[in-house]
Amino acid sequence: MSVTLPDAIAPPALKSCPPAAQPAQPVPPSPQATTDAIETIWCDADHLIRQMQYLKTDQAQNYRLLLDITAIDERQRTHRPHPNCADFTLLYHVLRPTDGKQLRVKIPLTQDALIAPTLCAVFPNANWYEREIWDMFGIRFAGHDNLRRILMPESWQGHPLRKDHYSRATERGPFVMQAATEQAEQYALRDSPALAGMIDDADDDPETMIINLGPNHPSLHGVLRLVVKLRGEEIIDVVPEIGFHHRGAEKIGERQSWHSFIPYTDRIDYVAGVMNNFPYVMGVEQLAGITVPARAQMIRIMLAEIFRIISHLVFFGTMVQDVGQLSPVFYVFTDRERALELIEMICGFRMHPSFFRIGGVAADLPQGWDGKVREFLAYLPKRLDEYQSMVMRNRIFKARTIGIGEYSAAEALDWGVTGPGLRATGIAFDYRKIHPYSGYDQLAFDIPIAQRGDCYNRVQLRLDEMRESLRIISQCLEQMPPGPVKSNHPLAMPMPREAVLHDIDTLIPHFLNATWGAVIPPGEVSTTIEATKGLNTYHLVSDGTTQPYRVRIRTPSFAHLQIIPAISRGAYLADLIAIIGSIDFVMADVDR
Amino acid sequence: MNAILLSLIQAVAVLLGITLLAAGLTFAERRLLGFWQDRLGPNRVGWQGTLQIVADMIKIFFKQDWTPPFADKIIFTAAPIIVLTTVVLAFAVIPLGPFAGIMPNLNIGLLFFLGMTSLSVYGVILAGWSSNSKFALLGGMRAAAQTISYEVFMGLAVVGVVMLTGSFNLETIVAAQTRLWFVIPQFFGFLPFLIAGIAEAHRLPFDLPEGENELGAGFHTEYSSMKFGMFFIGEYASIVLISSITVVLYFGGWHGPLLPPAVWFALKIGAFIAFFILLRAALPRPRYDQLMSYGWKLMLPLTIANLAITGALMLAGIE
Repeated sequence: MSVTLPDAIAPPALKSCPPAAQPAQPVPPSPQATTDAIETIWCDADHLIRQMQYLKTDQAQNYRLLLDITAIDERQRTHRPHPNCADFTLLYHVLRPTDGKQLRVKIPLTQDALIAPTLCAVFPNANWYEREIWDMFGIRFAGHDNLRRILMPESWQGHPLRKDHYSRATERGPFVMQAATEQAEQYALRDSPALAGMIDDADDDPETMIINLGPNHPSLHGVLRLVVKLRGEEIIDVVPEIGFHHRGAEKIGERQSWHSFIPYTDRIDYVAGVMNNFPYVMGVEQLAGITVPARAQMIRIMLAEIFRIISHLVFFGTMVQDVGQLSPVFYVFTDRERALELIEMICGFRMHPSFFRIGGVAADLPQGWDGKVREFLAYLPKRLDEYQSMVMRNRIFKARTIGIGEYSAAEALDWGVTGPGLRATGIAFDYRKIHPYSGYDQLAFDIPIAQRGDCYNRVQLRLDEMRESLRIISQCLEQMPPGPVKSNHPLAMPMPREAVLHDIDTLIPHFLNATWGAVIPPGEVSTTIEATKGLNTYHLVSDGTTQPYRVRIRTPSFAHLQIIPAISRGAYLADLIAIIGSIDFVMADVDR
Repeated sequence: MNAILLSLIQAVAVLLGITLLAAGLTFAERRLLGFWQDRLGPNRVGWQGTLQIVADMIKIFFKQDWTPPFADKIIFTAAPIIVLTTVVLAFAVIPLGPFAGIMPNLNIGLLFFLGMTSLSVYGVILAGWSSNSKFALLGGMRAAAQTISYEVFMGLAVVGVVMLTGSFNLETIVAAQTRLWFVIPQFFGFLPFLIAGIAEAHRLPFDLPEGENELGAGFHTEYSSMKFGMFFIGEYASIVLISSITVVLYFGGWHGPLLPPAVWFALKIGAFIAFFILLRAALPRPRYDQLMSYGWKLMLPLTIANLAITGALMLAGIE
């Protein structure tokens, strides 16, 4: 399947870097073989900007979406992937929205020269990714206009994702909070550097004021801080501050066995449960070369779609409450309860089931599951019709959302917006269609799209997507294949119990996997899924040990938050609440 | 002497009754919202949760009464008093039944009501200003703008009724509706009046001064304990007030067949209160500028047109 992009996509106005007339490929790329067969090329820092500009603007390349930028500390690596590999590697991950093809560009950096040029002029969404890399790895970006820490507090010593940074509190001395430190930290919050860009000494307009929304505010969906500059109620500027929910999931990944990291993934986007397990286990399976049985694949799809409905319902209720309608949130939580009962029946757990396993799922479906699922399928459409008439056709709701927080398809791609937020601008980009995984190609469903890219469209699309998810679930129900739910591969974890009890050749790998953890062959893999909010990518690096060498989690919410300032300027304070409601983010998904 | 004592007792009874009714409304609202929102609402304290009000009262009285150090203390304390007092005082002119009420016979009764509701906005503005907090200030500003613009056509809307009866005396107005309720000839006066009334009471969809989704709690963000309680009771008292005045002006007051007048009055008020609560359960909140343009561009012209037509018809001798 291919996606057509609207003609209107012109290269964005660049701040400092004039677009090259004919961006030519600067140097012959040096390819690297990877486990997942995603094209990976090595380049050097001097040619990075031209290389990326070529990839973005050349008609044949057309990699318009910067999916992710991250880094890898290669200093303790035993299996070097490429001769160019040095102390640190910068990894740029781009995606072509027309056919979903991905490409990685890698830049080697040595310890004594940790600097690279900033990519903000080519891809605006590089801004936060580069700040994150500076924060986590201490790599500088020349020309970046706001290179501050983003997830850790400004006072943090060291760069957490470096291999020489401790990962557990027990590896450093006891933590003592002195009164002086506490005071200094509080003053640091008051004089937040976020204000630096907003308060201009020359601008002493008495009509403007700075107002601090969050990190503790009823409508911000978690611990997000928005520093807003207002004139009356009109927004002049917004600066989002994140990092309050940072738990170091990527660092934790480096200390867990491949198997025991699964529950941590559940907590990344906590309203979407197993949806987070999905890309992680798919990645490990690719590294280990495990083929998942058809029944397990279908169970995974079914659970993921139930969680898509759960997540969209929560989004819908809270978004509508954000514009002041108090009742729908109670109705959708009733519906969500029904869906969670399904999840509980199948997984034994509700919000964080951690049900997927490397090589399959934890258990087979319980007896009588189909009846319950069928009941749910019959129940929800009527409720969705009700929401359609109660909310989407309400005049006040329309007045509050139509034309608010608009962005074009070109802007969406520039800011790395994916998922319903991108489809609301008219681009039918759905990773389940364009690059089907786990058997989505056997199921019939449509991609709802809208044209205007405003708050109303984003809400409407999610309602429509729930109906498509119901279609998918009903097909899973009809087509559920028989067979095992767990692969027999020696690296699959845990091994099927019947086999373990009868067969020494299964017992031995099971014993090894359960005590030390499975040794996953060295390699590198990126797996992307269409999560509830957009593209969720796990980039896994294995160095041939029982633990991941690097776990990179690219979440949609992180990318989507970056667009808030661009679409909020000039709107009213109340619009800002509608905008952030319609973006659908979860702070745990942003900060990880 | 006896007459003075009697009227004093009557006044205390009415005011106490109103305050208790307002407190009781907090419970009624929660149960009704619960009913409309597919949930239970408070049902644990006492039979079906009826003692919930008592529990809430005890809780709110024993909360720490905190005045922020950055607030203007005198005004900060005065603001909730102004709100509650003005609302309760306005009840003085409401005829609750034939010969019932504190001073229903006041010859400027309607003007007194309008004056009191206008005064109550001072409480809200001063609360927002004296809190010295940005969220409260924004709430106070919204309250000022909203109340001023909605009061303009609230005052104009009732002029239709005044023209028909030729009196500001609320008892006379009720008496004039024995044959026909004014809601029929004055329908386009009733609509703006009701809408302005909702705005006066700061109820959804006109609760922008509170605007909890963007402003936390708006003008009373910094208030706690019984100072907050006074705003809270004041809001519910003004729901009762607006409902009663609507009934008096447009729905024939206590008039009705068969049942005693007090029951009719209570039933009519109850219907309006339920309507107010249903609005809260059903509608989203418009944006501040949308609210203002709705008031100035739609409601005000409608009211003026209604006045002009009423006047023309009266001149032509058609009642």
